[in-house]
Amino acid sequence: MIEIRIHGRGGQGAVIASKILASAFFKEGKYVQSFPTFGVERRGAPVAAFIRIDDKQILVRSQIYKPDDVIVLDPTLIDAVDVTQGLKSGGWILINTTREPKEFEKLSEFRIATVDASGIAAKHGLGSKAHPIVNTAILGAFARITGFVKLESILEAITEEVPFARKANVEASKEAFRSVKMQSNVTLKSKSEP
Amino acid sequence: MKKVMMGNHAVSYGARLSRVDVIAAYPITPQTQIVEELSELCADGKMDAKFIKVESEHSAMASCMGASAAGGRAFTATSSQGLALMHELLHFSSGGRLPIVMANVNRALGPGWNIWTEQTDSLAQRDTGWLQFYCENNQEVLDTVIMSYKIAEQLSLPVMLVLDAFILSHTYEIVDIPEQELIDSYLPPYKPEIKMDVDNPHAFGALVTPDHYFEIRYKLQETMDKAAEVARKAGEEYGELVGRPYDIVEPYMLDDADVVIVAAGTLVSNSRAVINEYREKGIKVGLLKLRMFRPFPTKRVRELLAGKKKIAVIDRNISFGATGIFYQELKAALYGHGNGAGSPNIFGFIIGLGGRDVTLEDIAEIVDYTLEKEKNEEDIIWMGLKR
Repeated sequence: MIEIRIHGRGGQGAVIASKILASAFFKEGKYVQSFPTFGVERRGAPVAAFIRIDDKQILVRSQIYKPDDVIVLDPTLIDAVDVTQGLKSGGWILINTTREPKEFEKLSEFRIATVDASGIAAKHGLGSKAHPIVNTAILGAFARITGFVKLESILEAITEEVPFARKANVEASKEAFRSVKMQSNVTLKSKSEP
Repeated sequence: MKKVMMGNHAVSYGARLSRVDVIAAYPITPQTQIVEELSELCADGKMDAKFIKVESEHSAMASCMGASAAGGRAFTATSSQGLALMHELLHFSSGGRLPIVMANVNRALGPGWNIWTEQTDSLAQRDTGWLQFYCENNQEVLDTVIMSYKIAEQLSLPVMLVLDAFILSHTYEIVDIPEQELIDSYLPPYKPEIKMDVDNPHAFGALVTPDHYFEIRYKLQETMDKAAEVARKAGEEYGELVGRPYDIVEPYMLDDADVVIVAAGTLVSNSRAVINEYREKGIKVGLLKLRMFRPFPTKRVRELLAGKKKIAVIDRNISFGATGIFYQELKAALYGHGNGAGSPNIFGFIIGLGGRDVTLEDIAEIVDYTLEKEKNEEDIIWMGLKR
């Protein structure tokens, strides 16, 4: 079983991202389960969403405490919350930021990848420049670094789950797939190009 | 067609497949996306139903009663405080023999104000004459809405189906949505024997004196006595048509089990995961899932638990001044009948009140405790309580 945690801020689309990711894995024949932080959500406050993926029916219904990988939708969260909490050693931390992976030295126990999802989203007109909607872009980057799921499945899930600007979301996701930067000592798992 | 769907929407699509005529609901907290989705389906013309937005849950049930008495298929959904506010009309609707179906998202009652899962809200309605079914996953949620109408309309009694807040209601997982034609063949249009009809008038809700009231209560209980078999058949027939059979209680690895977990709702799913781990280690743990709670499946419970040595009942609820509610009910079913069910030791665990997370480790601890102890020493074993 793979367990993934997505960090975001209320209103940023972490929950939708978790649902798109779950749908993408479902398209590849996996069993999936995705859920938000249980409780009340406030715009701008740190939130999290979770995904479980397995080859067999998922019976466990508790919170995720030890994720395999983490996705961070907002660069300011790195200093605000412990995004590594419970993260398994060697797990991916995929961060939406303009910075390079090597700049995150304090996270060196993990595999770091960065992508300027905000810039990509803004370029494709998703949300506003001050408040870009980055959830679809970052999933393209996730497909590339982990190789867990095909980009095609992500794009298909985006087309189904996102109610508007489908083409722009798909393009943003493809661009993030191409432009994600990884720690140089890590080999690429996914060879497919969009 | 399979879709990744949250539990709330599994309820909505179950109601849509059941071709309900009237939905009456109060849209404010603790309400969920169940009725949000239904209102959209109605507004978009994807569902041919009248959506009535009312000013309270009490009015929601009142509207459902009117619709049902007029021969319509009525649906509502609520949670915690909203269900508590309906209490009076829960008695009224069962007494009126109205086959309304309601989804209740199990949430803790306030104060302290809490929207997380707990079973006390629905279990506190156990004496209202409603049937109750507890669901383990989102597939079962969707299927149970449909089966609920099948059962309710045969018995002329209302049915409540229950799903855990967040753990099902806001969790997305794969749900197979059956074809409408299949459900139409399972669930024909509702045709009540007696309904409000100006061309064929009857009196409804009349005064009933002590001369007759007692017998009317007896008839309600008599119908409840038939309900277990009606519900079992409804689940069996659903299985034949849709490929997913359901029963009122469901054993899992029970036959040779030294310890039997008894649970309802998503605690069942967690328990299955733990049982699988223990079985791999050769430890004989089994499960009895309580799917139907009202009427209590006494006969089946006695049969299935006959000769068992140790039972661990997991309650995510409490009857203050007494114990966990499933624990009480199980003891009541097993003892005092001289029926040779043996005398298993029943351990009553209370866990996860107000939505505190229940992990696999917690369930394993319950199993270990029960394996280790010779007999139960206290009526409530508190799990995870900060003292």
